[in-house]
Amino acid sequence: MLGRGIVEGMLETARNFLGSYVSRERLTTVQYPEERLAHIENARSFPFLVYDGADWQAGMRCVSCQICEKECPPKCIYIEKSVDKKPDAVGRPQNYPKVFNIDVSVCMSCQICVEVCPFDAIKMDVEYELGAHDRFGGLLLDKQRLSKSNEYYHRIHPTEAAAVDAALAEERAKMQAKQQAAAAAAAAKAAAPVAATPSAAIPSAPATEGKA
Amino acid sequence: MTRAVAVDQMFVTLNHALVAYVPAVWRPLASAVLGVVTVMVVFLTLFALTVLLERKGLGRMQNRYGPNRVGPWGILQPVADGIKAIIKEDVVPQSADHAVHFLAPVLIVVAAFLNYAVIPVGRGMALTDLNAGVLFFFAISSMVELGVFMAGWASRSKYSLFGAMRAIAQMISYEVPMLLAATATVMVAGTLSTTRIVEMQATYTGQIPHWFVLTPWGFTGFCLFMVAATAESNRSPFDLPEGESEIVAGYFIEYSGFKFALFFIGEYLGMMATSAMAITLFLGGWSAPLACLQWFPTWGWFFVKLVALLCGFIWMRGTLPRLRMDQLMNFSWKFLLPMTLVNLVATGLWRFLPVGWERWLICGALVVVPYALLGRSINWQGRKVAVRRYRYAE
Amino acid sequence: MTIGFLILAIVTMAGVVAAMSMRHLIHCVLALTLGFAGLAMLYLQLEAQFVGLTQLLVYVGGVAILAVFAIMTTHSSEPVARPGTSYWLGGCVVATAVFILLAHAIEKSGVGARTMPAAPVGGVKEIGVALMSGYILPLEIVGLLLTAALVGAVVVATGEGSGKR
Repeated sequence: MLGRGIVEGMLETARNFLGSYVSRERLTTVQYPEERLAHIENARSFPFLVYDGADWQAGMRCVSCQICEKECPPKCIYIEKSVDKKPDAVGRPQNYPKVFNIDVSVCMSCQICVEVCPFDAIKMDVEYELGAHDRFGGLLLDKQRLSKSNEYYHRIHPTEAAAVDAALAEERAKMQAKQQAAAAAAAAKAAAPVAATPSAAIPSAPATEGKA
Repeated sequence: MTRAVAVDQMFVTLNHALVAYVPAVWRPLASAVLGVVTVMVVFLTLFALTVLLERKGLGRMQNRYGPNRVGPWGILQPVADGIKAIIKEDVVPQSADHAVHFLAPVLIVVAAFLNYAVIPVGRGMALTDLNAGVLFFFAISSMVELGVFMAGWASRSKYSLFGAMRAIAQMISYEVPMLLAATATVMVAGTLSTTRIVEMQATYTGQIPHWFVLTPWGFTGFCLFMVAATAESNRSPFDLPEGESEIVAGYFIEYSGFKFALFFIGEYLGMMATSAMAITLFLGGWSAPLACLQWFPTWGWFFVKLVALLCGFIWMRGTLPRLRMDQLMNFSWKFLLPMTLVNLVATGLWRFLPVGWERWLICGALVVVPYALLGRSINWQGRKVAVRRYRYAE
Repeated sequence: MTIGFLILAIVTMAGVVAAMSMRHLIHCVLALTLGFAGLAMLYLQLEAQFVGLTQLLVYVGGVAILAVFAIMTTHSSEPVARPGTSYWLGGCVVATAVFILLAHAIEKSGVGARTMPAAPVGGVKEIGVALMSGYILPLEIVGLLLTAALVGAVVVATGEGSGKR
């Protein structure tokens, strides 16, 4: 009969209306500034630089290899290499970036920089509330703003961070083993020919250290 | 009981007291001006309330909160909307007809406000007591269509012109069932004066009032009148003229700022005016639903009924999808118009049959059987709705 | 000759004169609608409520809409060029002569000397009773005429559609 569908529809909306006052789970709205939805682990917004330990300058993993700058499709990364060196995450002395800027108004969150970084130094952040009052300068993030601690990385991407930490620990262990072996070999070499050719043994030890 | 009467006649005595300060020559004019200003203020406040009710109500029906940021529970949202409308830039297209473009919303709002002159809001509280009040109401309602045309034409845009043509076609087609549905009440009441119609319905047998909606012809007439009123004020599900503006353009697409707000004021005021006329003709105007509830002031009952009908409009808007143009036209000419004519016959029979259960049976059958038959025949030229077979997708 | 009558008369005359002299056709129709509304107000001022309101309902709400629909659908909306006005002096002379002739004839006939009869008590009820008792035949004939017009319009519309196919 004409009108039956209309009446059924109106009963449904009446149920919605009255039910929305009675049961809270009908209203799926998240009241944004007061409540926020939790992010899933694979969420990503813009890149950030990871540092180990407490000092963000000393513990920064980035060695300024500039691979991410070359691979970035919209060319939003700008890196200036330093002149001096400091030890990196594994222990070797490496250059570090004097200037590292990412323009987040250009960045398209493709994660290519993360995929190509050989040092696990740049990872994807999940922060999206990056509104600025300055259209150009305010959206250019510099080295200090981009540096966030390893604990923060563990908080936002736990499984990834655990895997990265395990890999880095393995490399550190290998490096230490190598250094110990090299030191033992150097000590053995230094002990053996010290009677025969004392002048030839000294130059060889710093050479092997530098190469490793 | 005298205290209830004093509260009931509060506004009338206030009017007399204020007018007494004016010299006797100017008294009729002062009384009229006072009444007009009161009507404008009251119905604009009711417009703000309707906007709020609609947004919150639609939100809850759609399982979400309505606006809840502006005041506590969002009650200051109409104020925010009004400020936004006023401070927006008024953009007029360069090739538009400036005079007509300016006058179109003015005409719509003036016609919408004029409607309230004959509505009896309380006992003795109609602005004017015209002998042909119902006819005045429909005459003024027909002026709105001219305003719609002016808005669509003056914008000099193809889409707004087509939107205006469709809007006018819709409004004209639904004016006829609205008039005929109201004619049923006029037949029984024997007068076109709105105050007399309400006074006739304000009598009681026991506790039940003599409202016309409590009869078979009155109930049918009320439903037909409300459907036609929804279409007259371009409300969903008949909002093709204004819904088109979301998709392509409507007749007010070239308006911005306060003129846009004026169109919405005109639409909502039209909705409230036709609800008020439906209350006057069918729901007993300012009379209470039960004889024991007469202590509540009459203007209070009128506004309770008005808000109830507005909630009905909002409920329909939240439930039903929009009708297409051809469905709209079919519905008006092939269903509503024959139903109103059948209703007129039923009303006539009711008037002349003796009081008793026979007239209920005859008039009820005379209304229900054509409804079922017409409803069956309106299924779009006999096309059966069947499960679709997709030749290539399976 | 009250102030209300003067205002309404000026408004009506302004609307009608504008309807004759405006360049754009739609402006002419809208000015004519103002003239119709002014006429309706004059009827209402004479206490003829039914006639005045029916004038509004039918003329403003029906005839004006019909006129604008016709103009809209035939696209005859471009403003016409002002025609040549080389004969305006002869036109003025002829109009003045006709006016003098008519004024003389009306004054001579003694229409102005008649007394105004009392306004009849003509509410809606009396009109309805008169239509149903004394004027029933004209009512039925007008109804027949309107039905014929409606049927003809439907036939013309559907006939065109099937003819095109």
